[in-house]
Amino acid sequence: APLTDTVPPQVVPGADSSSRQLCFAWGPAEVLVCETLFGRADEGEAGAAARALTDSVAGTEDRAPSSSRVFVVRRDQDIYIQTLRKLFNESHGIFMGLQRSEEELAGKSRKAQLVQVSKNYRSVIRACMEDMHQAAVSTRDPALQSQYSTQVSILSAMELIWNLCEILFVEAATAGPLLLRLLDWVRLHVCDVDSMVREVLSSESPSKHKLFWNVVDVFVLQGRMEEAQHLLSKEASANPTSMNMYKILDDLMKKMPVPSLSNTQTLTELELKWQHWHEECQRYLQDGTFASNPHMESICKILLGDEDAILEKKELMTTWYHFLVTRLLYSHPTVKPMELRFYAQSSMDLFLGGESSPEPLDMILMAAFEFEMHQVIKECSIVLSNWWFVAHLTDLLDHCKLLQSHNLYFGSNMREFLLLEYASGLFSHHSLWQLGVDYFDHCPEYGRVYLELHIERIPLSTEQKALKVLRICEQRQMHEQVRSICKIMAMKALRNNRLGSALSWSIRAKDAAFATLISDRFLKDYCERGCFSDLDLIDNLGPSMLLSDRLTFLGKYREFHRLYGEKRFPEAARLLLTLMTAHIAPCSFWMTLLTDALPLLEQKEVIFSAEQTYELMRCLEDLTAGNPDKQKFQDDDIETTKVEMLRLALARNLARVIVKEGTVEGS
Amino acid sequence: QDNRISIWSAGDLGNAGLNGEYHGEPHLLCDIQHNGDVMDMQFLDQERIVVASSTGTVTIFRHHQNNQTLSANHRWEKAHYHVDQDTSCGGAACTGVVCNNPEIVTVGEDGRINLFRADQKDAVRTIDNADSSTLHAVTFLRTTEILTVNSIGQLKIWDLRQQRNEPSQIFSLAGDRVPLHCVDRHPNQQHIVATGGQDGMLSIWDIRQGTMPVSLLNAHEAEMWEVHFHPSDPDHLFTCSEDGSLWHWDTSTNVSEKPSFLHQGGRSTAYLSHSTINQSVVSAWLSNDPTKDRMEITNLIPNQTLSVNSLDVLGPCLVYGTDAEAIYVNRQLFA
Repeated sequence: APLTDTVPPQVVPGADSSSRQLCFAWGPAEVLVCETLFGRADEGEAGAAARALTDSVAGTEDRAPSSSRVFVVRRDQDIYIQTLRKLFNESHGIFMGLQRSEEELAGKSRKAQLVQVSKNYRSVIRACMEDMHQAAVSTRDPALQSQYSTQVSILSAMELIWNLCEILFVEAATAGPLLLRLLDWVRLHVCDVDSMVREVLSSESPSKHKLFWNVVDVFVLQGRMEEAQHLLSKEASANPTSMNMYKILDDLMKKMPVPSLSNTQTLTELELKWQHWHEECQRYLQDGTFASNPHMESICKILLGDEDAILEKKELMTTWYHFLVTRLLYSHPTVKPMELRFYAQSSMDLFLGGESSPEPLDMILMAAFEFEMHQVIKECSIVLSNWWFVAHLTDLLDHCKLLQSHNLYFGSNMREFLLLEYASGLFSHHSLWQLGVDYFDHCPEYGRVYLELHIERIPLSTEQKALKVLRICEQRQMHEQVRSICKIMAMKALRNNRLGSALSWSIRAKDAAFATLISDRFLKDYCERGCFSDLDLIDNLGPSMLLSDRLTFLGKYREFHRLYGEKRFPEAARLLLTLMTAHIAPCSFWMTLLTDALPLLEQKEVIFSAEQTYELMRCLEDLTAGNPDKQKFQDDDIETTKVEMLRLALARNLARVIVKEGTVEGS
Repeated sequence: QDNRISIWSAGDLGNAGLNGEYHGEPHLLCDIQHNGDVMDMQFLDQERIVVASSTGTVTIFRHHQNNQTLSANHRWEKAHYHVDQDTSCGGAACTGVVCNNPEIVTVGEDGRINLFRADQKDAVRTIDNADSSTLHAVTFLRTTEILTVNSIGQLKIWDLRQQRNEPSQIFSLAGDRVPLHCVDRHPNQQHIVATGGQDGMLSIWDIRQGTMPVSLLNAHEAEMWEVHFHPSDPDHLFTCSEDGSLWHWDTSTNVSEKPSFLHQGGRSTAYLSHSTINQSVVSAWLSNDPTKDRMEITNLIPNQTLSVNSLDVLGPCLVYGTDAEAIYVNRQLFA
């Protein structure tokens, strides 16, 4: 069944659904829930709806005074927990390392690599646990303290599950090493007895301590033979009468055959040796060697794998999986992975004994022992409040090629589904969204689409943030998003009167239309004020001038002014003419340009040649002839005066230049 | 948003192991809440730090070393803002700050330059609309002159003694007006300036001559966020970038003779001869003999993922921070 149909209903604290109806609207990462007065029973639907709307907008007036509240419901609260940020950041690094790692490595080295990745993940969880524990200890706020403590136990459970999955799935430990790994696992995670152990070991004469035998039992149950032997030797030296018994027990413990990690012996050899040892223990027990010391006798029974004897030590084991591993150690040390399920089920039944029912954690571990990976992932998804754990674990298992493509109803596989969910959660965070980008990159089917939708909704509070988002889009050829973001930034800049910034954004997006907009703004400013603002920008446009015609015109027009200022009149004149004849200038500006030509025409020296003057006249006629609203144009005094002055100036210039050009130079 | 200014202790040399390796992680001494993103910061003196915020506020924090606490000493609210100071709903980000005790110069997205004195409540001088685009960084050229870079690829010199609100000189890149994000001046030779651009290009300028860069070095694949000359060993330059790399540029002549074609070293080292435009002598940064003169460039980050936003270097120590919310300290830079 798909993962999604087991999501429990959420309760919004503070919203009272009995007195008010709730309506909601989806946002990019959040849901807005607000209270309304919909659905009063004594009125028609339409009336109620209309009134409810006005009420929530205008506030209640004639009704009983009550305010409507708006709730923001976030899907993923965990990402806002400060101490978990380390977890997200570091695991992102490990995740990326895994995606980039060489797939060509085969067999043992690949497996070793994957096991290392798994260990890295676990060490990050542990580091986080440590930080969280420190935070819990140092805070004075009891609510925070309980929150941190809960987090610590959740992280601890996660590490427990992950560790087991590493042993069973990633490393796929075989019979022999499997038991050793499981022993390590139990020793690492059953810590309730640690303080007792420390207490006894640090006391002056441990053998006199009342909990002495408990600690010995703990060591034996966890297969820590040397430590047990060491403690027992203290007892023996304090109690010479039991020397004989002690020697035998010590010997048995020393001789106990255990699987080894190196290939020095085969399983069959081990089994044989173990069988002999087991029989030896049996003999000693039946001979009544330990009859006088019940503690030692019970230890011997444990060594023989006597279930009842082991079960007596329930409080020292605290969990059924500890019981499982102890059982296996002393009755089936060469257990095969596939046999685990039977022992696991029976262990849990025996340990819980019908007194208590299994908790979610127990079910998850059981699923792992049964090698039901999908079940493990499903149960974890339900129990945990965020997708971090299942996303990363599934990705790792997928790299181990253990998950068949378990297609969900909308077509992508489980790994991708979980990664998408996790990354989407990251995107609602103002800073962790950067991690989400990389996760989307590694979702081949839907990653890109998700990224495109999410990235446009990141609030761009500073230019630097916008630049980072842009870089991400450019690297992935998301041109639509690049254009859209640049437009937003350019508009913001324009509204704040930062024309240079606006231009810079349009250049980045190669947005000619916007560059035209900015140029028009400059030109408008010029027309209103008679001078250019931001000369540092216009004078230094460089090649970006070519981005849009209007921008080119602006640059050239400014150049004209500069040439004029430097008294390089012939060049200025030529430029001015080019601006009009080459149609670089917009028609609306021609009048201004012609007016700019006036001072040149009025100079003592003749600047415009006859050709040029004819051109100018033609431009002027084009301008006045082409004007549709002749009436208005003629009524406007200033405009008519201008035109007349121009005509006069042009005529005079023409006269002068004809004479000049007709004159023969020289004497 | 919970942004904080933090002081960390990176341990002292007494902790060095047998081989001189550094043991132990930096640990947090104290921190204080900060409003807005930290865009830039610099030590004003032994105890005070000036911080530029994305809200447009500039704050001086004091680090009390006796009880290891931080406190806000002085604040200039809305040092940078858009349009009208009274009606603007949000400030403009202050993008760069540089100190020369007791003077503090700040620049921002509003194109404004502010000159503060540490003990004075109001700004000593403000140049409004100094630039029509965003000013990304500022540094001192001389005690009375500053250098700024902006988002239309211009490097400007401002003389603070003069009352006019115009730069005394403008330099720009030759081709496209690629935004410049960072600037630093050679510690000994004040005419040598390095800038980093949005395209990851490192430009070396000689401000005595010309208006264009002396060298253009193709460096990173994305925005170069910071460039720093090593303060005591200026043959070494460090740049960090959005592409996640941090490069160490070494022009010291101790580099043994190697053939002049491109040579791949061990861990991402590459030898490049740089193209030059102007003839110049003296400094290795400006010289132009491609056969004699090689630069060793090393990427100091083995597994790069997210952007390296900031770096600083002093003596044998290098510190840098990444977008993966991690700070790295390297105390054996030249080992």
